[in-house]
Amino acid sequence: MSATGEAAAAANGRALVLEGVRKSFGKLEVLKGIDLLVGEHEVICLIGASGSGKSTLLRCVNLLEPVDAGRIQIEGHDVTGAAGAELNAIRRQIGIVFQSFNLFPHMSVLQNVTLAPREVLGTARARAEEEALDLLRRFGLDDKRDEYPDRLSGGQQQRVAIVRALAMRPRIMLLDEVTSALDPELVAEVLNVIRDLAAQGMTMLIATHEMGFARDIANRVCFLDAGVILEQGTPEEIFSAPANPRTRQFLQRIIDAGRL
Amino acid sequence: MSSVAPAGVPSPPELSPGGGRRSRILDFGRGAEGARAVWIAVISTLVVFAVLVLVVVNSPGWPLVKFYFFNGRIFRESFPGILAAFRVNVEMFLIAEAFILVLALFLAVLRSLSGPVFFPLRALAIGYTDFFRGVPTVLVIYILGFGAPALSLRGVPSSPFVWGIVSLVLVYSAYVAEVYRAGIESVHQSQVAAARSLGLSRWQSLRFVVLPQAIRRVIPPLLNDFIGLQKDTALVALIGVVEAFRQSQIDSAATFNFTPYLATALLFVLITIPLARFTDWLIARDRRRRQVGAA
Repeated sequence: MSATGEAAAAANGRALVLEGVRKSFGKLEVLKGIDLLVGEHEVICLIGASGSGKSTLLRCVNLLEPVDAGRIQIEGHDVTGAAGAELNAIRRQIGIVFQSFNLFPHMSVLQNVTLAPREVLGTARARAEEEALDLLRRFGLDDKRDEYPDRLSGGQQQRVAIVRALAMRPRIMLLDEVTSALDPELVAEVLNVIRDLAAQGMTMLIATHEMGFARDIANRVCFLDAGVILEQGTPEEIFSAPANPRTRQFLQRIIDAGRL
Repeated sequence: MSSVAPAGVPSPPELSPGGGRRSRILDFGRGAEGARAVWIAVISTLVVFAVLVLVVVNSPGWPLVKFYFFNGRIFRESFPGILAAFRVNVEMFLIAEAFILVLALFLAVLRSLSGPVFFPLRALAIGYTDFFRGVPTVLVIYILGFGAPALSLRGVPSSPFVWGIVSLVLVYSAYVAEVYRAGIESVHQSQVAAARSLGLSRWQSLRFVVLPQAIRRVIPPLLNDFIGLQKDTALVALIGVVEAFRQSQIDSAATFNFTPYLATALLFVLITIPLARFTDWLIARDRRRRQVGAA
């Protein structure tokens, strides 16, 4: 079943390839050999229980965590073990948005968004601000340009965090449970932003607990369990006819909790 | 019936203004109580001080103490000279403070570098803070103040004023570096992760994301250390700098009277109180801000 997704990935060009990625923290092995192909413009949702390795996987892709074994390729370049300036250059191409927003609290919205373009890409201030305002306008945040993060709602903060990542014009976006810290009524505004990105063809790897959203948006869904991708396929395949008993068990729990 | 129901609907909102009125009356009551509390505080303070003054003034040795410590004539005569000498304390303090802020930040940044490559720098910073926090300030002033000029090296100043400042900078940088470090460590790792994920280098993350937040948080404890520094400028008297304390020693020796010391103490208190209140104000403002942020 994963063949459909991977065939698509191969046809479109490969944005991201993971081969046998392993990662341990001390004695705890969090990722036990992850293989994953992400095609350009593909949206992949990672689902699975807390502690199954979704966040760690995203942090490894962004090279925030060095992997212990395996290889990571981004657009055909092996980036495993990159360091120094090369590492910074690779990170520029990958945007990551965290569960807890991680906006810089001492900077206004506009400063949050323009910091990296100005300091990393060397974009002139006027230009960086113009581009930032375009993005903020696109996501209905232009009136918040001079606000500080703690004056914004969670949903607004998360949208600013997405804009901040987009300002670097990334080739791939990694979203790490971006709605998990939000009040229920604020979830939709953030999910709509992500839908918008998907519609524009952004390649995305999304760790999420929002199963309805995953079913809507994903080209492919991967079920992570205890550090391996146990099952992957189209949303239809995973949500309607999961093959693996662990996947069925996980989805059953979600349904019992009224989340699907 | 129908006229009762609409009346019943707006009644809850009416209740709350009613409650508000009641609480305003209570406020009024509280205001009266508050005024009473202020009066009680004022009166009890006056009583306590009056008793203390009476006890001191009626003690058998008071006339002598009054002559030697609270001598108005000697105070008037010595005060201008001590005030002029106090200028030296202020100069030392201001010059030292500027250097301390920079050197301490440098040390704190060295100490926060991670990775085995930076171990020698980290070790150096740790060794420095361990040493200079451990050695009494007086000893550093003595050793540098007398030792460094004794080397008679060309280009090395022999002025005790300079070596006094150097000593204070060396000692206080060790303390202030620890304050900075606490600030740096209080900035959550997720902030660094966010900065690095945007492609900022380690140094850029430190400069634009970590340090601005860290420094803001440690301003109150920094000011606290500077109050300590202001007072410790008096120690430089020991290597021959004529500052306020030394001047009062000279006056005291000339008049066989301790009143000049009292004048010096007064000056130090006068200059530290504004800084202390400013520190309190900053702490209170910070707390208010955090509460607003949390709400």
